[in-house]
Amino acid sequence: MAQVKMTVNGKPASGEVEGRTLLVDFIRDTLGLTGTHVGCDTSQCGACVVHVDGKAVKACSMFAAEAEGTEVTTIEGMAAEDGTMTPVQKAFQEFHGLQCGFCTPGMVMSAEAMLKDNPSPTEAEVREYLKGNICRCTGYHNIVKAILAASGQDVSNIAAE
Amino acid sequence: MYAFEIERPSTVADAVALLKQSDENQALGGGQTLIPTLKQRLAAPEVLVCLSGIDEIKGVCTDDDGRICIGGGTTHGEVAAGSGAYPALVWMAENIGDPAVRNRGTIGGSLANNDPSACYPAAVLASGATVVTNEREIAADDFFDGMFATALNEGEIITEVKFPVPEKANYQKFEQPASRFALVGVFVAKFADGVRVAVTGASEEGVFRWTEAEEALNGNFSASALDGLSVPADGMISDLHGSGAYRAHLVAVMTRRAVEAA
Repeated sequence: MAQVKMTVNGKPASGEVEGRTLLVDFIRDTLGLTGTHVGCDTSQCGACVVHVDGKAVKACSMFAAEAEGTEVTTIEGMAAEDGTMTPVQKAFQEFHGLQCGFCTPGMVMSAEAMLKDNPSPTEAEVREYLKGNICRCTGYHNIVKAILAASGQDVSNIAAE
Repeated sequence: MYAFEIERPSTVADAVALLKQSDENQALGGGQTLIPTLKQRLAAPEVLVCLSGIDEIKGVCTDDDGRICIGGGTTHGEVAAGSGAYPALVWMAENIGDPAVRNRGTIGGSLANNDPSACYPAAVLASGATVVTNEREIAADDFFDGMFATALNEGEIITEVKFPVPEKANYQKFEQPASRFALVGVFVAKFADGVRVAVTGASEEGVFRWTEAEEALNGNFSASALDGLSVPADGMISDLHGSGAYRAHLVAVMTRRAVEAA
């Protein structure tokens, strides 16, 4: 066991971890932040996407010890203290970008990372970026629509396919 | 996962010292292959020596000979962002896995693992790149040693890879859509002194050069030069995603596409 320290959602976080403790388990079990989900545990599904030093990573495929000294942001860190949602979160709500909601934390974290790098993506770019985020409910259409809307683009002509 | 300790050295020298303490110690690059492997209990290291804290093996630069020099600990995302002078290499890097995987996985980790379906081995072999370690420089032609095997010694770490920039190049990847590895990938690079064609995903021996195609393209760098050429299905990977014959067919198709797009 070793001590690990990092900043999570702007606040200092620390705990005892084993070498094999995954970042996602540290976030969920030690810190109690259960918004980050574990879908597949094999880095396929993307439900566990968080930001480490501003970059989207799969928290099931990184050890907690590797996050020592980093700035981690989880889905709990997106909305403001008073509950005001980010434009991406609002758009997911407005455009029904979720059904069961299990993939949503990872979808939102991937979308936020994408829009930071590419503030006005095309539909094809959004779909390409979401390659590593699997949703079994929505068929992706409304997720893509929500992200395009969050980027400030007109989505009124995007029909359901 | 079996239990193990993690060490996070900040220099190559410290990492090598840790690796040499025991045969059971293993290097951890970005972990995008090794962590799933550990979860399946297919590896049981005593100590994982994490290379992600070593700044001296990160980053992309250009040397005096115009080669693109990429630190072994550089992620696929950083390779794509920093290798603009070599567009085929950029395309290859930005089509590995997905964005989150590209933010962790490293060029050194991919090459040291030498997965028979990985993309980097094709780029390194077709480019005639040089793999630099803490011990020596290894030519691409001497580096790959069959499926999951390389010329690396125990405790040897890839610190840098130097890519000469070809006149023309292209990488064509026929993606296995579930794993996003190459079912077959072909990297074609045309230099002043000849053409190199490297194939990944196809052979049971791992990445290989298709020398017959290289000879044909040396005289005439066009897809028509490949007319009638094929690779034998013997020794090709055969699995539920495709037979050996199918992969052999894909090698010829993807090579033509790469030449046309170069």
